[in-house]
Amino acid sequence: MTQLELKSLTKSYGAYKVFDGLNLAAEPGEIVVIFGGSGTGKTILLRLIAGVEEPTSGLIEIEGNDVADIAPEHRNIGMAFQNFALFPHLSAFENIATPLRAQNASAELVRSGVDKVAKLLKIDHVLGHAPRELSNGQKQRTALARALAAGPRILLLDDPLRNVDAKLRFEMRLELPRLLRQTGAAVLYVTQDYKEAMALADRIAVIANGKFIQTAAPEDIYLKPATLGVAQLFGDPSINTADTKVELAGKTVNVTLGGAKVPIVSSYSSYAGRLVTFGVRPEAVEINASKGAGLAANVMAVTPLNERTVLLLHSEGGWEFLASLPSSATNIPEPGAKVKASFAASGTHLFDKTTAERLHG
Amino acid sequence: MDHSSTFEKALRSALITLVLIFFLFPILWIFLMSLQTNETILRIPPSILFEPNLDNYRALITGKLQTTAGNLDIAFMRNLWNSVLLSTFSVALSLLLGVPAAYAFARFKFRLGEDIAFTLLSFRFAPPLLVLLPLSLYFKTLGLTNTYIGLIWVYQLICLPLILWIVRGYFEDISPDIEHAYRIAGNSWWKTFTRVAIPLARPGIAAAGLLAFIFAWNNFVFALILASADKQPVTVGALAFVTASGIQYGQIAAAIVLSVTPTLALALYAQRYLVEGLSMGAVKG
Repeated sequence: MTQLELKSLTKSYGAYKVFDGLNLAAEPGEIVVIFGGSGTGKTILLRLIAGVEEPTSGLIEIEGNDVADIAPEHRNIGMAFQNFALFPHLSAFENIATPLRAQNASAELVRSGVDKVAKLLKIDHVLGHAPRELSNGQKQRTALARALAAGPRILLLDDPLRNVDAKLRFEMRLELPRLLRQTGAAVLYVTQDYKEAMALADRIAVIANGKFIQTAAPEDIYLKPATLGVAQLFGDPSINTADTKVELAGKTVNVTLGGAKVPIVSSYSSYAGRLVTFGVRPEAVEINASKGAGLAANVMAVTPLNERTVLLLHSEGGWEFLASLPSSATNIPEPGAKVKASFAASGTHLFDKTTAERLHG
Repeated sequence: MDHSSTFEKALRSALITLVLIFFLFPILWIFLMSLQTNETILRIPPSILFEPNLDNYRALITGKLQTTAGNLDIAFMRNLWNSVLLSTFSVALSLLLGVPAAYAFARFKFRLGEDIAFTLLSFRFAPPLLVLLPLSLYFKTLGLTNTYIGLIWVYQLICLPLILWIVRGYFEDISPDIEHAYRIAGNSWWKTFTRVAIPLARPGIAAAGLLAFIFAWNNFVFALILASADKQPVTVGALAFVTASGIQYGQIAAAIVLSVTPTLALALYAQRYLVEGLSMGAVKG
């Protein structure tokens, strides 16, 4: 049964529409990551589901029931806030115990419930501390423990790793999926970090301009982005783009990159004459020796980034693009070298110039 | 690390001492006066050497004032009791009304909200004399003249705006997310208000309550006009010491010491809250 369903959910403040007609369903045990830049209304969406704000129109259904008239305290939701929102006057133990106490659980039940979730999150040694005595990582875990304590049907996590240090963020990214799946709750996880989204999500819902522009599994989002915008949000360094036109020369389909004609897979032949944005992921750029085939380019800069090395290239026609090679590769050129670049089909996309939608080749 | 030189330190202590003398000397002086008779107070040249006696306090507590013109009955202890009664109940009522109102103004946007809040504040800067004449007429009609209830009601003009505006600042400083978190955890609106909002604003509530108490305690003009002797607080009662046969400095001093004691005790008790309270939230911006 669908645990949580949003049906054409709309929220506006006066004339300003934060979002318009959102649809989403989440199953028990599923982690859906809401991904988008700042100011896209991700937090507001969680607040609507939690019931602390009301939608302008549309339905929120929990286990098939419309919850419009159900107060936040009766929705059986666990929520972790970006700023933790711990109760400063209560100890970590009492913070975590809040949802259990609200259910009038017996003292033993509260104790065992808190202990269990605290052990799981490795904060059992700081339960007696006040929130101000906790490190950011411990605060974040306490907030998470509080959200988990009463075994809610729906978990809303608002960028919970935003305010913790890099090491802990990395650890939590590994731990969280297992931990969240154990709860059996439908999880909505908000983040602005595409790596976090890819690591945690069963499905990613990309929000921009008040709409989910794509809701799909992480691999699909990456390999088959619905729009240029989605393609640009996922990937580091970001996808290379060039405005061009699809042209047919005999059986070959060409695009023009900085004046030079570059052949692409023939399945795009039906788009001949269309104005498009050509996109190629830096990982899909292959570097060949200068006498090989491909787009002639000069290597302007070489930046090693741990396991990947990023090259800044200038095509002879003046198109600037990036290539990302494994640092272990043997063919990494020196700055100033002349090379030929070709593009692997799997990382190459065409997007319509006006709608920015990906064209299917 | 302290980088200040010995000279700076000396200068600082000297200045602090000066300020303390300026503010504390009158209190010491009054205290010394309260232990003297009118003759020793008025002798020339004045001297700080005298034989302390508690006659002034005795006269106040028994209510028998001895002057050169004969014995006079005064109701000082009654006045003191009235002050305690009026200030305590006024502040209690103000807290009861003001704290929920402050919460509403801090958390909810409603029509005319800002106007209502400002109107309540304007009670503080309207001169009391402006409202006294109409008020005394109303009070006569309503039968509230010379009643505790009437005075406590009028004292709301002093206490309510103060509490409302200080406590509002505190509620605004609490992140709404904290309250949301408590509600989502399964608690009702009312429980969230009493278990989260009020405890977190407690320093502000304590500070505002204390300030309101002091202002109510020091009020003079409302009680002077709207109440007669048996309901009047110390501030008005002290007028009785200006007698036909002269001003009773010793007894006035003793009366001041007695009337300052309750507020001083309260202020010392709440000092921690007060300083913390006034320095965060209340005087924001």
